[in-house]
Amino acid sequence: MVAALTLSNLKKTYGDGQVALKGISMTVEQGDFFALLGKNGAGKSTAIGIISSLVNKSAGSVQVFDADIDVDFARAKSYIGIVPQEINCSVFETADQIVMNQAGYYGIGRKIARQRTDHYLSQLGLSEKKDVPTKSLSGGMKRRLMIARALVNEPKLLILDEPTAGVDIETRRSMWDYLVEINKKGTTIILTTHYLEEAESLCRNIAIIESGELIENTSTKTLLAQLKQETYVLDLADPIDKLPDRLARSDAQSWTLKNDMTLEVVVPKSLGINSFFETLTNNNIRVQSMRNKTNRLEQLFLEMTDHVSKSNGIKPNDRGNNAR
Amino acid sequence: MSWQENCIAFMTILRKEVTRFMRIWQQAILPPVITTSLYFIIFGNLIGPRIGDMGGHPYMDFIVPGLILMSVITNAYANVSSSFFSAKFQRSIEELQVSPAPNSVILLGYVGGGVARGLVVGIVVTAVSLFFSKLSVHSLPTMVSIVILTAVLFSLAGFLNGVFAQKFDDVTIIPNFVLTPLTYLGGIFYSIKLLPDFWQAVSYINPILYMINAFRYGFLGISDINLGLSFIIILGFIVLLFVINLRLLKSGFGIRQ
Repeated sequence: MVAALTLSNLKKTYGDGQVALKGISMTVEQGDFFALLGKNGAGKSTAIGIISSLVNKSAGSVQVFDADIDVDFARAKSYIGIVPQEINCSVFETADQIVMNQAGYYGIGRKIARQRTDHYLSQLGLSEKKDVPTKSLSGGMKRRLMIARALVNEPKLLILDEPTAGVDIETRRSMWDYLVEINKKGTTIILTTHYLEEAESLCRNIAIIESGELIENTSTKTLLAQLKQETYVLDLADPIDKLPDRLARSDAQSWTLKNDMTLEVVVPKSLGINSFFETLTNNNIRVQSMRNKTNRLEQLFLEMTDHVSKSNGIKPNDRGNNAR
Repeated sequence: MSWQENCIAFMTILRKEVTRFMRIWQQAILPPVITTSLYFIIFGNLIGPRIGDMGGHPYMDFIVPGLILMSVITNAYANVSSSFFSAKFQRSIEELQVSPAPNSVILLGYVGGGVARGLVVGIVVTAVSLFFSKLSVHSLPTMVSIVILTAVLFSLAGFLNGVFAQKFDDVTIIPNFVLTPLTYLGGIFYSIKLLPDFWQAVSYINPILYMINAFRYGFLGISDINLGLSFIIILGFIVLLFVINLRLLKSGFGIRQ
């Protein structure tokens, strides 16, 4: 099977000397739902910018399906749909004009462009607002418009750069559903996001970029398996004054009484969660509900990127200040 | 992209540009019409009769071609420079950048928009001039070809301005400090034969002089300049600006990091 995207030793140094990409290589398989994660300024948007011709690369190669961007950039671009991080359309044009024009830029005739524009605006719940200038649309509507615009050329590879940033939960969930649906129909999707819950629930494979380097590129399942321990928050059925001695002295798990109704426990992944239920039962502690303290991927992401940052001598607070 | 797809992309950009300036017709079309009407009234009707004939024609008839071409020049230029800079400013230029449309099609699309606005304003100004002057046409092919070529040239110049502009002020500096003086000194209101030899020689380095004279020839059949030379100069500038703009687009100057 032909890979949807292949990056080979991709490097980018900006004019001011800032090194954004230090030579990343990765492959996204056709049909994949792929997450590209990284903190602000890690190099995600630079990589996407190079793929979509918004940024000039300093070195390396980019292949989109069978097209190398150095050889036939026009064909490579015809395969791609881009949903940018920031809204980048004319505020005076209507949603309909924006999507119709985008179809025209791809050489799609008016008749087909009309059908597709109506279809995608309808699919993304924008039909009623299609004749309204974009400046009058809400933030969530503008985000959905960016997706409709990116889909009008029916791309084989859809790249979404933080598509759900700043949108409400309902809109985010409906966008997730829609993305899953088009991925099922065969569109390869690359997603960058700061909502790790989004990456965990949508993406089959994940790559993590930190300080311009690719520090992880594997399946979501394999990545989560690397978690050594998980932290759970337990809401108790009955209040307790203090942590029972047997829990406080436990070697296997680390217990903390947050308040008289809430316990927190750190469990090594190798032990599983049955082990601490036994401990709770033996101490007559009844649990009403339980949840993960943090998203599992978030926990792992922080561990990995902190490790790399420390290796590079970057303080955690320094990160994100060099975002482009 | 195939030839047909390129045509669709070109027509899309052109349609978008025409829609844009028609949406703001009060800003784009009305002001040049009012300004030119004032020129007709003040220079043509009030001062003109005191000046008498120029080049064997009434003064009003002499200035009409130049005023029409001036409105074409300024509007073709302003349309492309402001539209391209706005697209950069709002980042909507990325819509075109990510598409497979070739740079030449993007450039031609913007230039087409500039030419369209220049011609619309030119036609309206010509219609207004009929209230003040009995326009005669000496050579329709010369008149039409010069007005189109001039609009193309200044659309390309406006594009260059838009590429280099980093703030809104940059879009107005060239029209105010270069274009307007060159236009006024390009023989709209006078024949350069009235100037001393030195200033006549200086006038010959002003490319707008060639356009205005060639355009006036189309109406009145008189020109201070050789017609063939005018066409060569205009075409030369068009080729030069087209190549420069295309190279800038290819390098991503001002639009790609």
